Amino acid sequence: MTSQLNEALLRSLTPSVLGILVRRGADFAAAEDAVQDALVQAVRVWPADPPRDPKGWLVTVAWRKFLDATRADSARRRREDVVDEAPVPGSTPAVDDTLQLYFLCAHPSLTPSSAVALTLRAVGGLTTRQIAQAYLVPEATMAQRISRAKRTVSGVRFDQPGDVATVLRVLYLVFNEGYSGDVDLAAEAIRLTRQLAAVIDHPEVAGLLALMLLHHARRAARTTFDGSLVPLAEQDRGRWDTESIAEGVEMLQAALARDRLGEFQAQAAIAALHADAPSTEETDWVQIVEWYDELARLTGSPVVLLNRAVAVGEADGPRAGLAALVALDDSLPRHTAVAAYLHERDGDLATAAGLYAEAAQKAPNLAERDHLTRQAARLNAHR
Amino acid sequence: MAKYLLLKHYRGAPAAVNDVPMDQWTPDEISAHMQYMQDFAGRLEGTGEFVDSQALAPGGTFVRYDGEGRPPVTDGPFAETKDVIAGWMVIDVDSYERAIELAGELSAAPGAGGKPIHEWLELRPFYGVSPTITE
Repeated sequence: MTSQLNEALLRSLTPSVLGILVRRGADFAAAEDAVQDALVQAVRVWPADPPRDPKGWLVTVAWRKFLDATRADSARRRREDVVDEAPVPGSTPAVDDTLQLYFLCAHPSLTPSSAVALTLRAVGGLTTRQIAQAYLVPEATMAQRISRAKRTVSGVRFDQPGDVATVLRVLYLVFNEGYSGDVDLAAEAIRLTRQLAAVIDHPEVAGLLALMLLHHARRAARTTFDGSLVPLAEQDRGRWDTESIAEGVEMLQAALARDRLGEFQAQAAIAALHADAPSTEETDWVQIVEWYDELARLTGSPVVLLNRAVAVGEADGPRAGLAALVALDDSLPRHTAVAAYLHERDGDLATAAGLYAEAAQKAPNLAERDHLTRQAARLNAHR
Repeated sequence: MAKYLLLKHYRGAPAAVNDVPMDQWTPDEISAHMQYMQDFAGRLEGTGEFVDSQALAPGGTFVRYDGEGRPPVTDGPFAETKDVIAGWMVIDVDSYERAIELAGELSAAPGAGGKPIHEWLELRPFYGVSPTITE
């Protein structure tokens, strides 16, 4: 086994091993620490001495680590009672352990950043250091964030079903808002969503997975070698990952056929229409506007209406887009950038240049700021 | 999940409410102030929100390129520079409101008479990540 395969296998086994420990009576926080210790030991030992039954090995080692830690603990007697009552290994849980872990790590009592960190560690099997690096915070801070999160959910019963929507929001955050460090968070989010889809049959889980696959497919075309943003209209569509698109579209169609529409399916439908088009001009913008209407109905989000205004601009012309924009609050993030784009399409380059420059000042990230500054500079250079 | 810089100024910020220079405080008041800052940082680490904290010496030098083959030109420090940064703390929080709340707490550090300084701190957002899903 190569070390990479090792790590992938290890990490995919993390939630079920943790689930088994919790079902044997270990409290979640201690079990989670024990599983992390076992993962570290596996990374050290497996290359020279691969186990025949990797999961069994992890359960045995993690359980031993848990017992060692428990015995060293001051509350030893109480916990040893629990251990004595532990069911024999191999008992079948009523509800899937992996699914329960997703619910626990996305529990509504957690803040978004805590839920993300806990999910990546307890479900994803990443180390605290890897998570800290992915979010550019010190390891000590991330360790505290995770241990606080564990304390917050310590009273939550493991066998209570949770709300899948909270889990999806956490996975969406992991996919959409990670830095690109050593750990590929987008790929990790896809892996975790795929794993979730394997244990729960829900059209929105499929919708989110389709959405991720469709956007991930464009990743190579989204930025230039130096990290500059390439807008959708200018992307080299030959660099889109057709395999990923095909998988996303198929998954989305199966989900839509079940007639339980949700926001992630609607977003994926929009992404699929883009993925399906050979160029911006040949994009089915009318249908995209209809999906934005659905999405607005489902979410009530003003950001959706802003994106809808762009689509209206493509479907019915920039004047129509600008008319749709007038109805929206101009303090919305990216409102000025959208106005700049629509004015440019309408041929009013002076207004557009000024608005691009203004939008650059308000940009929420460096890549967008630089992109908008270049747009302003491009228009100013031609006047 | 957003990072913010809490900037403390030697000069350039509006005057604090309890605006007494540190050399006029008692040694105990100085110790109490330092302890407050340390405790604050420690508490933030405990909540998983601490990223970094640094203090800067006041004297700075201006440096610029002076052409091929020539050494950089230096100038300063300038006594009249309006804005002088004293130090910063970087936090990673879930919301702007939380950042405001923490800046308010830090501004309450005790000064002369053991009373809060009510010092003005400048709160600056970091640029965030560029999201994958934009349309």
